[in-house]
Amino acid sequence: MKVKPTEEDTADDVRTDGGQMFDDAESTDVGAVQEYKEVLYEGLVAPAKIAWSDWRTKTGIIILGAFVLIAILSDLHQNGYTILNDFLGIVGSPWELTKPSSAFGCDANGNNCVAGYERSRQPFENWQTPLGTDPEGRDIFAGIVWATPRMLRMVLAGGVFSIAVATIVGTVAGYKGGVVNTVLMTLTDVAMSIPGLPLVIVIVAILDPTNPYLIGVVVTINVWAGLARTIQAQVLSLREQSYVEASRTMGIGTPSIIQKDILPNLMPYIMVNFVYSARRVIYDTVGLYFLGFLSYSTIANWGVMMNWAYANQGALAPSGPRYLIIVPMAPIVLLSFGLILLSQGTDRLFNPRVRTRHEGDTVEDHEMDDDDSVQPAMA
Amino acid sequence: MNWYVKRTGQALFTLWAVASLAFFLTRQMPGDQVATYVDQVIQNNPEQDPEIVRSNIVEQLMIDPNAPFHEAYIAYFGELLSGNLGWSIEAQKNLNTLMAETVPWTLFVMALATFGLFGISLALGAIMAYKEGSLFDLSNTLLGMVTTSIPYYVAGILLIIYIGYPEGVFTQYFPVRYKLPDGVDPGFTLAFISGAIRHATLPALSYVITAYGLLALSMRGNSIQVLGEDYVRVAQLRGLPDRRIALRYVGRNAVLPLYTSLLLSIGFMLGASVILEQIFVYQGVGYWMDRAVQYTDIPLMMAIFLMITVSVVIATYIADLTYGYLDPRIKSGDEGEAY
Repeated sequence: MKVKPTEEDTADDVRTDGGQMFDDAESTDVGAVQEYKEVLYEGLVAPAKIAWSDWRTKTGIIILGAFVLIAILSDLHQNGYTILNDFLGIVGSPWELTKPSSAFGCDANGNNCVAGYERSRQPFENWQTPLGTDPEGRDIFAGIVWATPRMLRMVLAGGVFSIAVATIVGTVAGYKGGVVNTVLMTLTDVAMSIPGLPLVIVIVAILDPTNPYLIGVVVTINVWAGLARTIQAQVLSLREQSYVEASRTMGIGTPSIIQKDILPNLMPYIMVNFVYSARRVIYDTVGLYFLGFLSYSTIANWGVMMNWAYANQGALAPSGPRYLIIVPMAPIVLLSFGLILLSQGTDRLFNPRVRTRHEGDTVEDHEMDDDDSVQPAMA
Repeated sequence: MNWYVKRTGQALFTLWAVASLAFFLTRQMPGDQVATYVDQVIQNNPEQDPEIVRSNIVEQLMIDPNAPFHEAYIAYFGELLSGNLGWSIEAQKNLNTLMAETVPWTLFVMALATFGLFGISLALGAIMAYKEGSLFDLSNTLLGMVTTSIPYYVAGILLIIYIGYPEGVFTQYFPVRYKLPDGVDPGFTLAFISGAIRHATLPALSYVITAYGLLALSMRGNSIQVLGEDYVRVAQLRGLPDRRIALRYVGRNAVLPLYTSLLLSIGFMLGASVILEQIFVYQGVGYWMDRAVQYTDIPLMMAIFLMITVSVVIATYIADLTYGYLDPRIKSGDEGEAY
């Protein structure tokens, strides 16, 4: 029996940590373009290759990819490009995306509606509305698809914002040390002690944001603090590494050292934490829509559907229409499951100690710890 | 400088900073509850002078929405220092009384959740690390990832729908509404204690189910990492008992990096109580926070902010002190890298 050697070998070549360091050193002489290519390769291409070889990250990427695809198609539809419906028409699908609107002009039985569908249709009953309709006659599946692009925008904005602030605060504080460190870390501690959700609720009440990017940023207003703390701790150990000391001795400025010696080592870590703040954005925005703190005009979020089910239809009452609240919860769980899969896989692949042990565990037992000798500097 | 002095100063500074920020923010909120309330009072008693009614209310509230910022700030914080939180229009109650009635309940749920969470995840993570690669490890890893993907309020809703309501064994033991059974008065009685625990179980469980996975997985990762360290090997070679190695060598060092998670989870849980207490109609601070924002009750909001922040700061303080006990290095150096 032969195992595909080529794929495995290239993947192994890519992740030998010793190679990265020397590549970096060489690239400094080569020029900016080459250097950014290297950074791009080490930061994105190589991790992506490794990620694809792990079932968790692979599944995660597939789930997230599906969400992104749906979001793009839905967004195009909302802007007048009905590619999705054209395709569905060719395939002959009974369902097609229409703006989820309530039924009016129905006859006494709730049929033959001008807009919307038959009211309170159960999921999997009629393939015109695969996930059923709410008591107003809105197609629940269309509602879920309709809200997806906004959700992904919030996730992107919140993730990028919290990661950017955390990385800047964490690296500067950790590397500079002294007064800068004390001031920044005190700020971070204050931010960490602020009760997150109540603060967000108050800010939302003041700003009344409807722009998805703004909502994403507001929701992560103090999420960065926890990450900044941990990044700072990482940097503290990194700055004592001999290659950083070498750069310092050579008289290279702080910005360059942070950019060239420190940040590349943090990249995997930053990516993993991006995922966690993204998950937090999903939880909090849906929660805020669910409780009705964020205002909306249409089905702007899955939480809006949950809010209607909870507040207007009594879905939590003993004999209430449960599918109304359970169905919109499904994409929330699925999306965050995709993110968690991604983070767990990359976490394990990027954490060299766990990684080496896992590579070894098919070969040797726990006792044979020869991987201790090849511990890279990163952890 | 003495570590304890420094740490206490930091806690006090945090408290002041958060309180000031909250004070500033809540004043920006749209809507004037005082004006609405004065109108209401005047409508019921048309003979009263609006100005006198207003000044009476403002005096009771301690926050005058029309006063300049610095005046209001000095007045409010002066009263705070003398231990007065003010009065809430929404609750029609003195806030000291209201907070005394609600804060312990929220903290109770949180404490239950925290201890449950850390008990389960640390034990599970350690066992998974020891049995790395086994079926137990794999299935729990998968289960942990699935449960971690569920938001706590979704878990709460599912618990209400599938555990709380159906007629069955659980229904009578774990009610889904309110914080006490009907007709039970607070006191040191069996009915009260068991009632409080039973009512807090499902809200606490919503946190535990959805948070244990990630924590167990990091505990597992840390333990695996520590298991590969030289000092563990040396300990084994010295012939130390397995129990001692597992607890003192592996357990202790694997738990240390999780302290940040502990600190973050305390603040997170207190914040999350806003949503969870709403679903479970559990009248703690989160429940009142929701009403405070809806009716722009600024004194109530401020009081809740302060209570939650005080809880977080005290919890962090205790956690830091115990961390110093677990890891003596923290008090020696001036870096003080607790996390």
